[in-house]
Amino acid sequence: MQELTADAAIELRGIDKSFGSVHAVRGVSVRIERGSITGIVGENGAGKSTLMSILYGLYRADAGEILVDGRPVEMASPRDAIGHGIGMVHQHFMLVDSFTVLENLVLGAEGGALLARGLAAARTELARLARDYGLTVDPDARVADLSVGEQQRVEILKVLLRGARILILDEPSAVLTPQETDRLLQILRVLRDRGVTVVLITHKLREILAVTEKVIVMRRGEVVAERRTADTNAEDLAELMVGRKVRFDLDKAPARKGETLLAARHLSLVDGRGVRLLDDISLEVKAGEIVGIAGVSGNGQTELLQVLSGIRPPSGGEFEACGRKVDATHPVDPAEMRDLGVAHVPEDRLRQGLVPAFLASETSILGYQDREPFCHNYILDGPAVGKYCADLMERFDVRPRTPGLLSSSFSGGNQQKLILAREMARDPKVLLVGQPTRGVDIGAIEFIRRELVRSRDAGCAVLVVSVELEEILSLADRILVMFAGRIVGEVAAGQADERTLGLMMAGARAA
Amino acid sequence: MSALRRPLPGWVEIGLLPLANIALAFLVVSVIVAIIGVDPLHALRLLVLGALGSSESIGYTLYYATNFIFTGLAVAVAFHAGLFNIGGEGQAYIGGLGCGLAVLALDRYLPGLLMIPLAILASAAFGAAWAAIPAWMQAWRGSHIVITTIMFNFVASALMVYLMVNVLIAPGSMTPQSRGFGASAQVPSMQAALQWIGIAVAPSALNLSLLLALLSCVGVWIFLWHTPWGYGLRTMGHNPEAALYAGTNLKRTTMLAMCLSGALAGGVAVNELLGVHHRLVLDFAAGYGFTGIAVALMGRGHPLGIVLAALLFGALQQGGAELAFESPRITREMVVVIQGLVILFSGALVHLPRPWLQALFARRG
Ligand SMILES: Nc1ncnc2c1ncn2[C@@H]1O[C@H](COP(=O)(O)OP(=O)(O)OP(=O)(O)O)[C@@H](O)[C@H]1O
Ligand SMILES: [Mg+2]
Repeated sequence: MQELTADAAIELRGIDKSFGSVHAVRGVSVRIERGSITGIVGENGAGKSTLMSILYGLYRADAGEILVDGRPVEMASPRDAIGHGIGMVHQHFMLVDSFTVLENLVLGAEGGALLARGLAAARTELARLARDYGLTVDPDARVADLSVGEQQRVEILKVLLRGARILILDEPSAVLTPQETDRLLQILRVLRDRGVTVVLITHKLREILAVTEKVIVMRRGEVVAERRTADTNAEDLAELMVGRKVRFDLDKAPARKGETLLAARHLSLVDGRGVRLLDDISLEVKAGEIVGIAGVSGNGQTELLQVLSGIRPPSGGEFEACGRKVDATHPVDPAEMRDLGVAHVPEDRLRQGLVPAFLASETSILGYQDREPFCHNYILDGPAVGKYCADLMERFDVRPRTPGLLSSSFSGGNQQKLILAREMARDPKVLLVGQPTRGVDIGAIEFIRRELVRSRDAGCAVLVVSVELEEILSLADRILVMFAGRIVGEVAAGQADERTLGLMMAGARAA
Repeated sequence: MSALRRPLPGWVEIGLLPLANIALAFLVVSVIVAIIGVDPLHALRLLVLGALGSSESIGYTLYYATNFIFTGLAVAVAFHAGLFNIGGEGQAYIGGLGCGLAVLALDRYLPGLLMIPLAILASAAFGAAWAAIPAWMQAWRGSHIVITTIMFNFVASALMVYLMVNVLIAPGSMTPQSRGFGASAQVPSMQAALQWIGIAVAPSALNLSLLLALLSCVGVWIFLWHTPWGYGLRTMGHNPEAALYAGTNLKRTTMLAMCLSGALAGGVAVNELLGVHHRLVLDFAAGYGFTGIAVALMGRGHPLGIVLAALLFGALQQGGAELAFESPRITREMVVVIQGLVILFSGALVHLPRPWLQALFARRG
């Protein structure tokens, strides 16, 4: 046992952490082996991010110790963590968009008064890292011009440049396309082979099975299992996480279609610089069906949802939702769309779907704040809002069930469930959903997908945008593929397979 | 989610942190006061007595606080919408113009019960209109509101000087001020009001405008946290994209927030012109608009906090004046330095004591 301890890059002993009444981490003890990739999985709110934030010095544990290389250390701030060779890549990037990659890399470590010297040193270092780890990024490109995957590589480089030997990644693939995710996993393997210790938090068991040596499963603040990756499989892990069997297949009856509730004809959207973001989009969604839009992110899906939900007026063409015609000269605003019965779950929950500084109860009425039963005679009814939020939390199993907690205090998956609950609770006629299960745990994915199907069966017209092909395949009755702002193909759910869809998504069959 | 700034318990955040800020400011003040050869404890005694020592000094403290409540609320409302209104000064000044015009035109014909509400409305409307122009320029033309509101302070000042010297000056007067307001346009002093219910206090500048300021606090609180418009306004302030998603019209909400902000700043005119000067004068708003920024910051944008911060700044203003009067070595400029230090520590350096408090509460947090 003793030599095993010596082999641990990090050991956490009896770590405990509460936020007020929420006991987020309960006496967790784990060992992270040196030069390996360790996965951490667990339900939303299981305490994964909190545990890693403690290791990185962002939070201070109420009890317990942290050992780095077998020696107990104090982690009072990220500075201490960096000093001990621990680096963390955050889910939302902390880069300055208008700076070049190189400038971002020296930020906060400029290397003395002479910026030029720091920049030159960083350039040499960067070349070395690129050679050693295969992490290639153009040092002179502006961050704003990089893809999400490249930006993430810059974040990883930033951490490595600070001399980190232990790398923590919290849901790194949530924002990546499948191709970019594959690149990332490849990079992680190389890092491990070069002796870097990696901790990977993810909800995607595929990634766990692909790269890790060991998996730690957390549930409700505790470590409930540790497995060698070689000795386990997806079903096993899912069951350990949720505490019951999880069904990966979604059995749903064939769609019983009704009238057309949402129809777009030759929609186009041109931005200020004349770039065509949407190009001649025509589609129909009928009551009682789920239409899925597949595509690599950044091919106009975001803009399509913005236009259909009334956030942005179209530049050309028109669409009709629940009998209301909209075109460039007859725009609509999101409030009116809600009146018509069009609900919208936005792709980016932190930027659009909620206000982090609002209470959960306030978030639960975002967009509906001026309606009954929340508002009578122009005054908000606080108790009614609180009760409504508590109901939503009950129905959608949002944890913790505390309407008075700040929205930012909920784990990512629980924030998503709260937003879904808000939009689905009012029985909309049309439901626009962007990335329904981004950052959501397996049990909740199963639940959310079933709820979407239930809405469909209740006669709702559902339009789902997702970059997860597997999600589209399991949910949609009909699949449209978007590429470069156009719809390049349509496939009935029965005839779709990952390969042909993948080819279309890459623009192979551009119409 | 990673929170880079670790949270403190609520009461520490709202109660202890500002106190720590003030204590730090006074620590630095004591050092400076000691350097110029005055016993800091003696100076502090003079300051406190000057602000709170008699019913007269309390009256003046509250009178200054009234102005600070109005401008503090004005800054806070805009701030909740994500807008930095530096123009409270100019808005209060132009509010005074509206107030003066209404009174000069109508005080001979209307009884007080009509005249005073009308004059208050005119102050608010003119203040709002002066804020509406920068708001419009930001919402539709993209000019930054910080720049335009600052410029509008200068424009207001120039405009008022021109009007006072050339148009509104009382006939035959040597100083640029209007004729006196009629009795129907005078807000009763607090002394008169209290006397009426049998309480005797010394006369001071304090008048019933204080009640209007407190009512405004309640109004702002209800508006921001209990109406759908306030909700939309705060959503925009925190997260414009979420506001857009929720169907809040950003342009209209910008206008709403700034107009409300300007109207609140107009309250200074009510306190000064209807309550004290009883005529339209130059420069009555000087300094209040800017201190309002510090008041709003220190009060954490909450009406209750703003009242407390306004009391502090009112006491500093009044006590500081007494201190300068009593202690020859401490000049008026010194008093401004003291106020400046309080603003510095509770505004710019507001997070300075945070690490210590965090260390103190981390184990229990
Ligand atoms: N700053 C905070 N204040 C209050 N509660 C918090 C705070 N941060 C986290 N929590 C709570 O602690 C628990 C654990 O949260 P954590 O973010 O660690 O979960 P997670 O396992 O990372 O979940 P997810 O997979 O959804 O990201 C949750 O119940 C969450 O609501
Ligand atoms: Mg998390």
